[in-house]
Amino acid sequence: MSAIEYQGPSFKLEDLWTDRRWRAISIQILALAGLFAFLAFIVNNTINNLSLLGVETGYGFLAEPSNYDINQTLIEYDSRSSHFRAAIVGLLNTGVVAIAGIIAATILGFTVGVLRLSGNWLISRIMYCYVEFTRNVPLLLQILLWYGIVVHSLPRPKNALEPLSGIFLSNRGFSVPAPVAEPAAWAIFIAFVIAIAAAIGFGQYAKRVQEATGKIYPVISIGLGLIVVLPVLTYFLSGQPISLDWPALRGFNFAGGMTVTPEFVALWFALSIYTASFISEIVRAGIQSVSHGQTEAAYSLGIKPSWTMRLVILPQALRVILPPLISQYLNLTKNSSLAIAVGYMDVVATIGGISLNQTGRALECMSIVLATYLTISLVISTIMNWYNKRVALVER
Amino acid sequence: MKVLSGLIAAAAVAGVATAASAGTLDDIKAKGFVQCGVSTGVAGFAFTDDKGNWQGFDPAVCQAVGAAIFGDPSKVKYTPTTGKTRFEALKSGEIDMLARNTTWTLSRDADLKLTFVGINYYDGQGFMVPKALGVKSAKELGGASVCIQTGTTTELNLAEYFRTNNMKYEPVPIETNAEGRQNYLAGRCDVYTTDASGLAATRGTFENPADHVLLPEIISKEPLGPLVRHGDDQWADIVRWTLNVLITAEELGVTAANADKMSTSSANPEVKRMLGTEGNTGEMLGLRPDWGLQALKAGGNYGEIFERFIGSKTPIGLERGLNAQWVNGGLIYSPPIR
Repeated sequence: MSAIEYQGPSFKLEDLWTDRRWRAISIQILALAGLFAFLAFIVNNTINNLSLLGVETGYGFLAEPSNYDINQTLIEYDSRSSHFRAAIVGLLNTGVVAIAGIIAATILGFTVGVLRLSGNWLISRIMYCYVEFTRNVPLLLQILLWYGIVVHSLPRPKNALEPLSGIFLSNRGFSVPAPVAEPAAWAIFIAFVIAIAAAIGFGQYAKRVQEATGKIYPVISIGLGLIVVLPVLTYFLSGQPISLDWPALRGFNFAGGMTVTPEFVALWFALSIYTASFISEIVRAGIQSVSHGQTEAAYSLGIKPSWTMRLVILPQALRVILPPLISQYLNLTKNSSLAIAVGYMDVVATIGGISLNQTGRALECMSIVLATYLTISLVISTIMNWYNKRVALVER
Repeated sequence: MKVLSGLIAAAAVAGVATAASAGTLDDIKAKGFVQCGVSTGVAGFAFTDDKGNWQGFDPAVCQAVGAAIFGDPSKVKYTPTTGKTRFEALKSGEIDMLARNTTWTLSRDADLKLTFVGINYYDGQGFMVPKALGVKSAKELGGASVCIQTGTTTELNLAEYFRTNNMKYEPVPIETNAEGRQNYLAGRCDVYTTDASGLAATRGTFENPADHVLLPEIISKEPLGPLVRHGDDQWADIVRWTLNVLITAEELGVTAANADKMSTSSANPEVKRMLGTEGNTGEMLGLRPDWGLQALKAGGNYGEIFERFIGSKTPIGLERGLNAQWVNGGLIYSPPIR
């Protein structure tokens, strides 16, 4: 058998093209070589043209003062800080809007997805309209729409709305009281960590007890109770070391407290609402992929409806939901670069916008932005893939 | 195979699009028009008329250059650029010249490798606020929200001014003048800051211009002028001397209307040199002999262009001020055409 198939010595150079087995590989190698040649050509061409223009390249400018101000900074920053720090400020701003967006989009998306399957005709129709409207309108328009709503429909700071005492809504953003921690506040933080650890420990204990005896503890309410009560107790025992800084209108704007800019609000709303419509469809598809027989089987075993959803349907649906959900999270993060449309100072607007423009280092700045998004995306997909593997069907 | 041929085609396209440095004039003559970068729109300075053609104080320079080369001011195509895209557009060869209220600075010249050929408007950064705020001086602006175009020198001046005066502010970054106008009118910012000329131009487009005031402080020098990229001195000379012809013509009293007559009847040899009836200035620049006459007839001399688009009789209503001829106490001054 092996003697018949063995054709080694008769291999000729033209076999690379005429022999079907070799040809596939040859073509792939040629295509790859072509691709690399093309990339090399572009890079070489760019370097040549830049040196022809006498443009210097390099990342040295990152250490120089940026000379511009940014309106939303999570870390200390002013116009004397370096371009590198401006990039970090932008990166953090991207992170904030992406994380806030992912959380809101997930909650909204799961809710809408489940409600769309509701037996109530009106509710499921409303959800249908929401999904069809938001996912079929370009995201950029939605961002501009929300920005327009915030800036044009809300009053100016002088006549700011005050829905709750100390919370002001104006076209300069939403001002809320900010917590100010005194030194003793660390005790509350420690109490919080201890409470979480205790809640987890209790959960595991309850699980063991249930497996051994069948006795069921109200794990969620006791756990939540611990997490709330312990820090609150510490807060009063340690002499109320956290105070609130109330916003107040001073001069042109609200001073004190925390102000969320209209740009953030517009971007956050638009990203969450847009992505949630996709997530809701993913959730709906996931739930529908679990056969109805599962529900009937659970009911026939006497499991109540809410448990059926939580213990039988959702774990199976998650296997279908997770992979497309990951790409929605990635999309949301990448879409946050549309921030530029409303002037939200994300990483594209700082290092990829103002720094680029003020220093003229286009290639360097864009390479930093590219690397940033690539890294963020890879990190998100690594985390989500790890989680996906954990819930994936283990075939025996 | 499809992939391979696609790559080869792409490489061929990229090959054509490379190397746009020397020989700009030859390239322009070959393609038949000047590609001119302008702003996305500042009333008076650059705007599209009801036929969709670009007009204004800045495009007028491009039209003069087009006329100097081709004898026809319409041989110009325009690329609207933002504060962000303008230099890349010029450096990459997408446009041949930039006439877009751009400030001449050392780093733009030496670091970005751009050649400013002259100054057609002496400006400075100012602040505009609604009258209702009752603000009398820029020193009272601590804590305000300020609309500011990103990627401009004004952005850097603003940061410096507030820092040196120990005032805080919230920068509201915007891309274009139209966006700034919108945000300012909506009250997203208390103050709009840019070149004083731009503020006056923008205010001229408001429904009630009188409800807004320009504060007295001018916090920077903003000499605005047309520019080209480094590496082609002949092309830089053409744009520079076209601008100088417009300035000299005003000084010597030559207008679009009387240029033809002056070119033969004038007793002043400089007028004749400028209009191509004496000497060979056109040959020196690589242009037609009557280049100066054509440039002048495109839109008139500097003063005519100023008065038509931004002068005191227009809604923009700018006084000549610093931009008067040097003989009238201004800074507008052209080297001799000789």
